[in-house]
Amino acid sequence: MRPPTFADVNRDVLRTLEPPGNRYFAWMCVVALILSAGILFWAGQVWWGIGMAGKRVPQMWALYITTFVFWIGIGHAGTLISAVLYLFRARWRTSIYRAAEAMTIFAVMTAGLFPLIHAGRMWFAYFLLPYPNQRYLWPNFRSPLVWDVFAISTYFSISTVFFIVGLVPDVAALRDASTGWRRRIYAMLALGWEGSDTQWRHYRRAYGLFAALATPLVLSVHSVVSWDFAMALVPGWHSTLFAPFFVDGAIFSGFAMVAVLVLPMRHFFGLHAYIQDRHLDAISKLILVTGLVLTYFYVCEIFTSLYSGDHIEKASLFWKVTKTYAWALWLMYFCNCVAPLVFFVRKARTNPVVIYVVSILVLIGMWFERFNIIVPSLGHGFYPYAWGIFVPSATDTGILIGSFAWFFLLFLGFIKVMPSLSIVEVKETLPPPMRDKGHGGQH
Amino acid sequence: MVGSTETIVGVFAHVDTTVRALEELKAKGYHDLTVYTPVPVHEIEDVVERDRPVSRVRLFTLLGGLTGAFSGFMLTIWSAMQWNLVTGGKPIASIPPFVVIAFELTILFGGIATLIGMVVLGRLPKLRPSPAFDPRFTRDRFGVAVHCVPGRGGSVREILGAAGAEEVKTV
Repeated sequence: MRPPTFADVNRDVLRTLEPPGNRYFAWMCVVALILSAGILFWAGQVWWGIGMAGKRVPQMWALYITTFVFWIGIGHAGTLISAVLYLFRARWRTSIYRAAEAMTIFAVMTAGLFPLIHAGRMWFAYFLLPYPNQRYLWPNFRSPLVWDVFAISTYFSISTVFFIVGLVPDVAALRDASTGWRRRIYAMLALGWEGSDTQWRHYRRAYGLFAALATPLVLSVHSVVSWDFAMALVPGWHSTLFAPFFVDGAIFSGFAMVAVLVLPMRHFFGLHAYIQDRHLDAISKLILVTGLVLTYFYVCEIFTSLYSGDHIEKASLFWKVTKTYAWALWLMYFCNCVAPLVFFVRKARTNPVVIYVVSILVLIGMWFERFNIIVPSLGHGFYPYAWGIFVPSATDTGILIGSFAWFFLLFLGFIKVMPSLSIVEVKETLPPPMRDKGHGGQH
Repeated sequence: MVGSTETIVGVFAHVDTTVRALEELKAKGYHDLTVYTPVPVHEIEDVVERDRPVSRVRLFTLLGGLTGAFSGFMLTIWSAMQWNLVTGGKPIASIPPFVVIAFELTILFGGIATLIGMVVLGRLPKLRPSPAFDPRFTRDRFGVAVHCVPGRGGSVREILGAAGAEEVKTV
């Protein structure tokens, strides 16, 4: 197949921004309805109180923090693709990175809602921020929960900056190709970008620096999230294994979500020339590798618990594996350890249906991983009289489902107003136009 | 400035012809050039950046990062001293947990300073387009704008044309 030219890239990306058909609006309606239901459940919780969420001592974290950690994890693949793979010059990233970055921003926006919802009286959430007040009270900076506030807000800010900076030259290309009110909006957003040598010079340097800053950030954020647990003495949480374990799981689930978003995009927008089989192959391989690493961490977790000789630790493990929540644990092992093994087969790595099914299983598995960390551990601590079972209520389940609708609503909106494929980065991987072919096409 | 210089723009369809024109112009002593490209291209960058210092954006990043680290430690240590409550038998100003805050603020301030650096040095936002800019430059054409004293236009046009420009115009 003839590789696309520079003009083809502009044309194909512009095509994705054409007015959508009825099917798109139908999807939007479904998603908006589910989101409205979620908002109603949340309103009920605000009205009647946090008890609506089925929280009882000792299960005070339950579904909200599970879902919070899940969404933060989803965000990680976007920054991994846009920063880490940029530094490693992995060129296959170019055609999926814009969608993945948008996914990161929306996932963090979704995740950020959960600590607020979980706070119950969310209008007091500003207590977490360090601000001067008449009582000289400041947040306790020795608490991992405050680290988390800093880590997540930094992550959100830097990912957004990264995303917007990447969009500037693309929006300039859209500006020059569109007319009317669209042109005026894009012109404003493009900041007058012209692609002159001075602009590119500073842009390129800044972009490299953003990548260098975002790389340690992406590893730190989920480590800090893991310390929300690992710093506590709860059996099943108190482990130095948690930071790498969480980071790996985050990337694993993030790539599954990338596949879930990118495969329909490629199908409906006809982007097969850009998102090729080798891209799917690379995504599948990453899911496989991170899945195997995760399996290793699961084994380590069980081993350290048994080898520790600590009765409480072993009792907690025994309870998790065999009692009330055992089904969730074994479901997680199946989804995260067994399902991705399909990707050892070369054909499966490029088959969209197989990738889609495995990715959804991985997402289910990773949600249950956070559930298994939070709920059974809190329910089986040191004192038998403080043990407890958690049963989800309609309110927290409704808000959980609503959060998916919120995420997909943002993403569906995004793909119709902004280039979901990076115009500039895709062009960079194409051979530049040469009149004298003998001069060499690649750089 | 009006009247003291004139600007000639050559529109190119290929990278190699653009590079040829740039080499020729530099050899003839025209150094006041603006190059427009849809994507950064190494071949063109090599010629344009040859006699220029590295972008100063990195200075912004360094200063921002240092400010962030400093303010992270200051905020945590100072606010802990405001209410001297010993918890867990640890010192009031316990450095290890504060490293996390300092680290996050290093990244945050460093990133924002990089953004400011890019905007300031790249002279963004640009409220009105430069006269030499052509919408084709964000699609698939390369532009070379030469700013020269009036009267030298003829020779510039000749160089651009000979190198293989699709179109040469005076703006």
